[in-house]
Amino acid sequence: MTSPVELRYSKEHEWVRVSGDRAVIGITAHAAGELGDVVFVDLPAVGATLKQFAVFGAIESVKAVSDLFSPISGSVVARNQQLASAPETVNADPYGEGWLLEVALSNTEELAALLDAAGYDQLTA
Amino acid sequence: MQRTALYEEHLALGARMVDFAGWEMPVQYAGVIEEHRAVRTGAGLFDLGHMGEIRVSGPSAGAALDYALISTPSALLVGRAQYSMIVNEAGGILDDLVVYRIADAEWLVVANASNRTVVAAALRERVGGSATVVDESDDTSMIAVQGVTSAEVLGSLLVEEERLAFHALRNYSATTMHLEVEGAAITALIARTGYTGEVGYEAYVENAHAVALWRALLAAGSANSHGTPFQPIGLGARDTLRLEAGMPLYGNELREKLTPFDVGFGRVVKLDKPDGFVGSGALAARSARGERFGRTLVGMRVTGRGIARHGYEVRRPGGATLGLITSGTHSPSLGYPIALADLDAEAAPFTLGEPLEVLIRGEGVAAEVTGVPFIPKRSTEGRAQGAHQQGS
Repeated sequence: MTSPVELRYSKEHEWVRVSGDRAVIGITAHAAGELGDVVFVDLPAVGATLKQFAVFGAIESVKAVSDLFSPISGSVVARNQQLASAPETVNADPYGEGWLLEVALSNTEELAALLDAAGYDQLTA
Repeated sequence: MQRTALYEEHLALGARMVDFAGWEMPVQYAGVIEEHRAVRTGAGLFDLGHMGEIRVSGPSAGAALDYALISTPSALLVGRAQYSMIVNEAGGILDDLVVYRIADAEWLVVANASNRTVVAAALRERVGGSATVVDESDDTSMIAVQGVTSAEVLGSLLVEEERLAFHALRNYSATTMHLEVEGAAITALIARTGYTGEVGYEAYVENAHAVALWRALLAAGSANSHGTPFQPIGLGARDTLRLEAGMPLYGNELREKLTPFDVGFGRVVKLDKPDGFVGSGALAARSARGERFGRTLVGMRVTGRGIARHGYEVRRPGGATLGLITSGTHSPSLGYPIALADLDAEAAPFTLGEPLEVLIRGEGVAAEVTGVPFIPKRSTEGRAQGAHQQGS
């Protein structure tokens, strides 16, 4: 599986799509596949503060619950409302409709600590 | 790690394999929810080769089993089965079992994979010289077909002259039958038992026949399901299916620290056996203390946000901890989270609809008491749907 080249990735299997000082984050197709059918996503409220590599929520499949780790620091400006009624969107379209949060970045230099697509694919190969 | 005779079949089908009780088993093929729905709307195929099969035989085997187990296997008619448990001297559950009376002087005891060695050893010790105990697990495969089309699918493989008898099998019955697979006749113990709440069958065959039977069932499933799903089912969906049906799992609901009375299985304990049984003293004492003593197993649904998982704390809103979730998942059939909890019986009764709280990631999340099973069981229906079509 080849990950989208325009994104950055954490070793905990989250992706970031940066535009200016905003970023959208989600979980990778690899993570969604490992989890299996996603049935619940527990996300922080708008305004909540995220810290890079710290737990910000949880994602549950039928089988198990996994912590979500933020790939970047910032504050939440939007969360994907669609996931409340259709959490399976995370499996169906992890890089698109299945996004989790939109975040106002507090430190763009943190992006250097993330992997590019090739690096992430190597990690999950 | 141990592998069943069907290991290569699972890999070829693209299964994700996991370690389960020391066995490398398929946890899912297409996905837990899809597989779960297939069994509820059509049927599914399960490899249960990891389960333990222990044959107990001899003229005194019935009496010996009555002494070894909490139920009365000697009272079974030939061809019938019963749910049972084996307990220690203190009444603590060592395993839950299905016991089949195969012949006048022959019983098959089916144990969980994780407990098979303990059960076989306990049976040998308790039975002593009065019966022969043979652990046949290593030579035996068990393949289950569960779901509304299961009778038609499995029935299509039976030799013509045994089909009527097959379709007449009642729930918790079993008989030795002959299947025609790849032009050869194979002998199988065919039981109408299962762990899904649906009508279904379990076939016990020698390992040498497992692959041929598995493939034949997959092919028969495509040919006899009338457009409903038929597919292999992994342990993931096996767990959601059994939980919706309110069936306990050893290691979750059932443990050595608990007696059958603590988990709602007092009715399985036969305290009136004239010669008693291992654990009967302790269980009689436990029974005398009544229902508000020890533990009680309670069905719940989470109404707030989150899924109650094994080990999470349960309390009344704002109250002290009453116990822990033993099994919990998102119910694919109901579309909401369900759970079983092991609660303090002194705090009983827990009435239907009563509010409870589950501690999910440090927060009290709203839940309520529900009836168990969570969905209506269909396994006891007189005949499987396929039986009618088969006869026409």
